[in-house]
Amino acid sequence: MYPSRFRYEAPQSLDHAINLLHEGAGEAKVLAGGQSLIPLLKLRFAAPELLVDINNISGLDYHRFEADGTMRVGALCRHAALERSSILASRAPTMAAAAPLIADPIVRNRGTLVGSLCHADPQGDWASVVTALGGHVVALGPDGRRAIPITEFVSGPFQNVLAIDEIAVEAVIPAPKGNAAGGYLKLERRVGDFATVGVAVAIDTSGNQVTRAGIALTGVGGTTIEAAGAGQALVGRPLTADTIERAANLAAEAAKPRTDHRGSAEYKRHIVHTFVTRILNRVTETADKAA
Amino acid sequence: MSQALDEIKIGGLGASRKRVEDNRFLRGKGNYVDDIVLPGMLHMEILRSPLAHARIRSVDASKAWDIPGVRLVLTGEMMATRNLAWMPTLSYDTQAVLATDKVRFQGQEVACVIADDPYIAKDACEAIVVDYEPLPVIVNPTQAMAEGAPLIRDDKENQHDNVVYDWEVGDKAGTDAAFARADRVSSLELHYPRSHPSPLECCGSIADFDRSTSKLTVYMTTQAPHIIRAAVSMVAELPEHMIRIVSPDLGGGFGNKVPVYPGYVASILASILLERPVKWIEDKSGNLISTGFGRDVYLQGELALRNDGKILAVRMHTDADHGAFFSDAQPSKFKIGLMHSAFACYDIPYAHLTARGMYTNKAPGGVAYRCSLRVTEAMYFQERMVQAAADDLGIDQAEFRRLNFVRDDDFPHRTPFGFLTDSGQYGKCLDVGLQAVGYENFLKQKEEAKKRGRLLGIGISTMTEPLGAGNSREYDILGIKMFDSAELRVHMSGKAILRTGAKTQGQGHETTWAQIVSHELGIPAEDIVVEEGDTDTAPFGMGTYASRSTPVAGAAVAMVSRKIRAKARKLAAHLLEVSEEDVEWELGRFYVRSARDRGVTIQECAMAAYSNMPDGMEPGLENNAYYDPPNLTWPFACYIVTVEVDPQTGVWDVLNVVAVDDCGVRINPMIVEGQIMGGLTEAYAMASMQFITFDAEGNCVGSNYMDYLLPTAWETPGFELHEVVTPCPHHPIGAKGVGECATVGGPAAFVNAVMDALKGTGVRNIDMPLLADRVYEALTLRHDVSGAPPVKTDDA
Repeated sequence: MYPSRFRYEAPQSLDHAINLLHEGAGEAKVLAGGQSLIPLLKLRFAAPELLVDINNISGLDYHRFEADGTMRVGALCRHAALERSSILASRAPTMAAAAPLIADPIVRNRGTLVGSLCHADPQGDWASVVTALGGHVVALGPDGRRAIPITEFVSGPFQNVLAIDEIAVEAVIPAPKGNAAGGYLKLERRVGDFATVGVAVAIDTSGNQVTRAGIALTGVGGTTIEAAGAGQALVGRPLTADTIERAANLAAEAAKPRTDHRGSAEYKRHIVHTFVTRILNRVTETADKAA
Repeated sequence: MSQALDEIKIGGLGASRKRVEDNRFLRGKGNYVDDIVLPGMLHMEILRSPLAHARIRSVDASKAWDIPGVRLVLTGEMMATRNLAWMPTLSYDTQAVLATDKVRFQGQEVACVIADDPYIAKDACEAIVVDYEPLPVIVNPTQAMAEGAPLIRDDKENQHDNVVYDWEVGDKAGTDAAFARADRVSSLELHYPRSHPSPLECCGSIADFDRSTSKLTVYMTTQAPHIIRAAVSMVAELPEHMIRIVSPDLGGGFGNKVPVYPGYVASILASILLERPVKWIEDKSGNLISTGFGRDVYLQGELALRNDGKILAVRMHTDADHGAFFSDAQPSKFKIGLMHSAFACYDIPYAHLTARGMYTNKAPGGVAYRCSLRVTEAMYFQERMVQAAADDLGIDQAEFRRLNFVRDDDFPHRTPFGFLTDSGQYGKCLDVGLQAVGYENFLKQKEEAKKRGRLLGIGISTMTEPLGAGNSREYDILGIKMFDSAELRVHMSGKAILRTGAKTQGQGHETTWAQIVSHELGIPAEDIVVEEGDTDTAPFGMGTYASRSTPVAGAAVAMVSRKIRAKARKLAAHLLEVSEEDVEWELGRFYVRSARDRGVTIQECAMAAYSNMPDGMEPGLENNAYYDPPNLTWPFACYIVTVEVDPQTGVWDVLNVVAVDDCGVRINPMIVEGQIMGGLTEAYAMASMQFITFDAEGNCVGSNYMDYLLPTAWETPGFELHEVVTPCPHHPIGAKGVGECATVGGPAAFVNAVMDALKGTGVRNIDMPLLADRVYEALTLRHDVSGAPPVKTDDA
C-alpha cells in the first residue's frame, strides 16, 4: 500500500485528539478500526494530511446497558465484541442479528460500529440498525458533548455532520418501550460483500400491540433510508398478516434503489418487501412459541 | 535376505506425503519476487489509462521529472525510439508496451516512473498529465461487428475491421446432413463470462542489468521462465546466454503468469538504461484490470438428436472477445485453442465448429485461469448443451449421458473433431457419482419438495479433457516445441538433486517429482531435492500451465530416473562381479538373479559411480531426459451438485457436491485431492459470484476484490471426492493431468443443478454467475437471462 504522504498522530486522550483535529483544520481524519479508511488511503481516494489514530485512548471500547435500558456503544467497540456479546444476544435482537453479518470475520475484529456510522456508506449495515432503533450519536468537540439523532447525523453519501474538530465518541440506543424484537437481513453475493439490500426492523411490543417500530434500509438509496411510514403503520396494532404486508409494501415504496451489477431496481425493491415480511413473520413465530 | 522397501514409507508413488515446500511457506519463509532486495534497487510504478478507448494527444511528464527521487520516466514515445513501444504476442499479434497512438482498454500501460522508493514513483505517476481524446467504446463482439464500429486496431496495416480471426474445424457437409435427418434439434445460446485467475501474488519483476558482465538477470513471476528468456532475447535483442530468468517462489499462477507483460519489458529497459536493479510489483487492481483473463466467449450450439436419445451431430459457433490485443498464451495451432475438444467423451459421428475472434476495448490475454486452451469453455458448452438436449427429449440426464458415452472397449477413440482419446471408464465414473449422491432418492425428494413449493435441483457434468501439451507435432510456442525436461544428479551418498523445465506455483512439484524418482530408483523421497525456475541451472522446458507438468515434465522425471537406473545396473554388475544380464532390480536394490540375497543398494551403486567404477566407464551418476509425449492425456471427471433455490429471492444453496475423478495413476493422492478441491472452489465461484464485466464506457466492474468476488471458507460448500483409476497407456507411470479438471468440468454441474430446479419454467439458460437477481428474474419472468456486458444501469 502506497498512500499519499500524511502525518500520523496517536494521542492518548480525547482532548489531545480534538486539539489535533482542530489543528488539522479539516484536512485530518480519525482512524479507529480503519476498515474503510485504510482502503481509501490505499486507493488514494482519500488523501488526508493528518491521521489521528484514537486506538491508544483508553475507555472507549465499551458496550453496556444503563439501568434504564439505554444502550451505549463506545467509539472503539469492535464489531466482534458485539457479535460475541451475551447482553446483546439477550436484550438487543436487531443488533444481535446484524453483528454477525457485518463484513467478514477479519473486518469484524478491527472495525467499529461508531466508525461505520461516521463513514456513512449507504451500504453500511449499522446505520440502518441504529436508525431502526431510533438511536443517536454523541459527538465531543472543543465546546463539549452534543447528541445528534442518527437520521440527522448522516448528511449524504459518505458525509456526516461532525464539525472538523469533533469526534463521535459513542452511539446510543434508547431503552425499548416494552419487549424489544426485530432482526436484520442482508442479501450479499458473498460473505464480506457489501449489501445488495439490507433491512433492519426493530419493534417494541407490549401485550400483542406494537408500541414502537423502526424500519431502515441498506444499499437501496444514496444514504441509509428510514422507512418511517412502514414503521408507523405497525404502531398501535398487533402483528398480523395484514399489518405485516402493509409495512412491507410501505418499506418497498420507501426504497430508492438503482439498477446496477448487483441487480435491478425492481428486484431490490422486491427483496426489501421479502425481508421485512420475513423478519416480522419470524418475530410473530418467536412470540407464538414463547406464549 | 534383505527386506524389500515399502514404497509408501519411502514416499514413493501413491504416498500422501506432506508437501515439503509447506515447511517454508507456513513459516513465512517463502522467497517471492517482492522478498528479493538488491543493492541500489529502484522501484517502478505504472501509470494506467483511465479510459477504455481514447486518442493520446500528449503526455506531459515534466512535473514527474521534477519530483526529487525520480530517476526515469518512460513514455510510449521514448519506447518507440528504441523500437520497444510494441512487442510481439504469443499469438502472432502485437501488443503495446506503453501506449503511443491510442489507449485501447481501461488500465492500459501509458507511462512508467522509476524512483528511489515506490511512494515517490506513485506520486510521480499522478503528476504525469495525459491529454486524451475519448473515442467510442466496444465492450462485446456484437458491438465489434456492428456496421460503422470504430476500428480498434488502426495501428495494423490491412486490418479493416475488428475481427481477429475466422476459423473452422470439423466436417460441415456430414454435420449438415446429420442435422437434416435428425428427429429433433436442441439449441442453446449463452455467454461464458470473463473471469480472472487472481493469484494471491500479483505479477512483478526485478531486472538487474550488469554493464560489467553484460549479463541481464530478471527475477520474475513467470510460469515459463525459459519461454520468457527466448522472448526477452527476441524483444530486447540480447544474446540468450547473457539472459538469466529466475522464477522464485510463486504465489499462484493459474495461467496468469504465462504471458509477457509490459511491466516486465519496461523494468528491463529501465535497468539497462539506469544500470541499476529495477523492481516492479503490480498492485491488485493493476493485476485484475490488465493481465491475462479467462473465458469471455459466446456460444451458439446445436445438437442433432434422434428420439431414442442418440446424438447424431454437434454444431457450434463461438465468438470470443479477445480484448484489445490477441495475446492469448496458447501453444496450439488452432485459433480458438482446443475448443474442439468439446464432446470428446461422447460417441458422435459428426461435428462442425466455426469460431470468430474479436477485438474489443477490454484487457487482452485470454486463456488464463486454470484452463487448457479454451477447454473450460468447451466442456461448459458441452455439458450445458447435453443437459438442455436431455430435457428437450424428456430423457433422464444421467441416462442420456450413458447412452452417448464412448464405451470402455472403444478405445482408442477418434473424436468427431479429430482428437484421439486413449482410455477411460466413463460409465463407471458416472455410476460411482450417482451412487454417492443418492440419485434416485434425490429425484424423489425433489418431487416431494416441489409439492411444498420448494425448488430442489440436481446437476451433472461429465467430461474428458485434453491435458498436457504437446506433442511437438501440433503444439509449439513461437515455433518452440512443447516437450519438457528433467535432469537428475545422484550424489555419491545416494542423495540427489532433480531439476526440471517446469515451474511449480503451488502444485507441489518439490514433493511429487521426488516421489517419481523414489518410485523409479528406491531413493527415499526426502533424500531428493527438487529445483526449478532458474534458466541458468534448470534444463530447457516449457513451464507449467495447461495441466502439463505431470504428463510431460513428470514423464521426463521418470525417464531420466530410468537412465540413471540403467547406469546403476552396470555399476551393480561390477560390484556384484556378475554380468549385467544376471542382475535383477527390485525397488532400491539390484541383486543376483540366482542368489537374491546377494545385492547392492542404489546408494551403494551411487558411491561406486564416484569411487569404484569399472574400467572405461565415465564417472558420476547424472543424466537428463527430454520428453516429447506421443499424445495428450485424457482424464475423465464426473461432478454432481444438488441445490435448493429460494423462489422468493433467487438465492440458491448448495446441498451436496460429489466429484469422481479418473486422472490415471495418482502420484500423491493428497495433492490430487487438494487440486480437485481448489478447482471445485473455483467452479463454484464462477457459477455463483465471480465475473469481470464492463459498463458501456468500458469501465471495468471487477477491478478490485470488493467487486471481483473470490469465495471464502464461509460460503464454499464441502466436497465429497471419489476416484476411479484408468492408467494412461502412453505415460511412463500411467498418470494423466488433473490440475484443471474440476475448474473445467465443475461450473456446468453447479449451473445445471440450478437450471434443473427451474425445469418446467421454459427457461433454457441463465448466464454465469448465477447471481440471485438473475435467478429470480428467470424464475418470475420465465425468460433466459443474459450476463453479457455492458452491465445494465439506470442510465443505460
